[in-house]
Amino acid sequence: MENFTPYSALFGGILIGLAASLLLLCNGRIAGISGVMGGLINTTKEEFYWRFAFLIGIVISAFLLKHFQPELYHPREHFPIWLLASSGFLVGFGTRMGNGCTSGHAICGIARLSMRSIAATSTFMVSGFLTVYCIRHVLGISV
Amino acid sequence: MRLILMSLLSGTLFGIGLALSQMTNPDKVINFLDLAGNWDSSLLFVMFGALAVTLLSFSKILKRSGSLFDKQFYLSNKSAIDKPLIIGAAIFGIGWGMSGYCPEPSVAGLGLVNIEAVVMVCAIYLGFFAHGVYQRMSKDS
Repeated sequence: MENFTPYSALFGGILIGLAASLLLLCNGRIAGISGVMGGLINTTKEEFYWRFAFLIGIVISAFLLKHFQPELYHPREHFPIWLLASSGFLVGFGTRMGNGCTSGHAICGIARLSMRSIAATSTFMVSGFLTVYCIRHVLGISV
Repeated sequence: MRLILMSLLSGTLFGIGLALSQMTNPDKVINFLDLAGNWDSSLLFVMFGALAVTLLSFSKILKRSGSLFDKQFYLSNKSAIDKPLIIGAAIFGIGWGMSGYCPEPSVAGLGLVNIEAVVMVCAIYLGFFAHGVYQRMSKDS
């Protein structure tokens, strides 16, 4: 468990919670990333601008943090691109079909005590656990 | 303009939180999902931290008659736990476990100038598009 980092994780989580609260309080919007991304296409100007600004905020802060705290950044090499691309496809399809991802369901939805979000979060956690189990311990692929 | 600035600020906070908690490190995410291996429970604390804030703040915020700058709240009014919700979440979980990327770190990864994130974001949009096609086909039939 040498990689166990509960304090930075807790602190990072608190910032994510504050960010989601700020967006709801000021703009009345749910900080669900897959929803924000999905709403970028085929939309009105107003819808596009706030979504784009939110996503750009994430990109800029990651970029800045990489410069000031490069030790947080662990690039991975030789990860098979076919696995990555199929993963992204399933993430995109699944989050659209299930109306949300880790932020929309697990953080914002559960905070609203939505049964849908609790059900969705339990489901994607279990399917994530099973997928890693199959890949690492059944197929024996370690990437 | 205020709406756009607040979005930018919220996104920036969100991104700092993601990077500090190392949600942006896909290997760490996979180690979190690897219950049978050398389990790294750190990311559970990300969820604890975020929920500790949102569980308190959301109920207070939603008691207001509207948001500060937009006068209303944009919330999902769905309440049924239906098939698309569960199947969609299951499909998302498979994709998440395959690479360690959910949508958040994929976006943040663009700022880390990480080629994996570029592939993820393109593939996610392809998945969105495919779901649109799937929906149109199931409506027609």
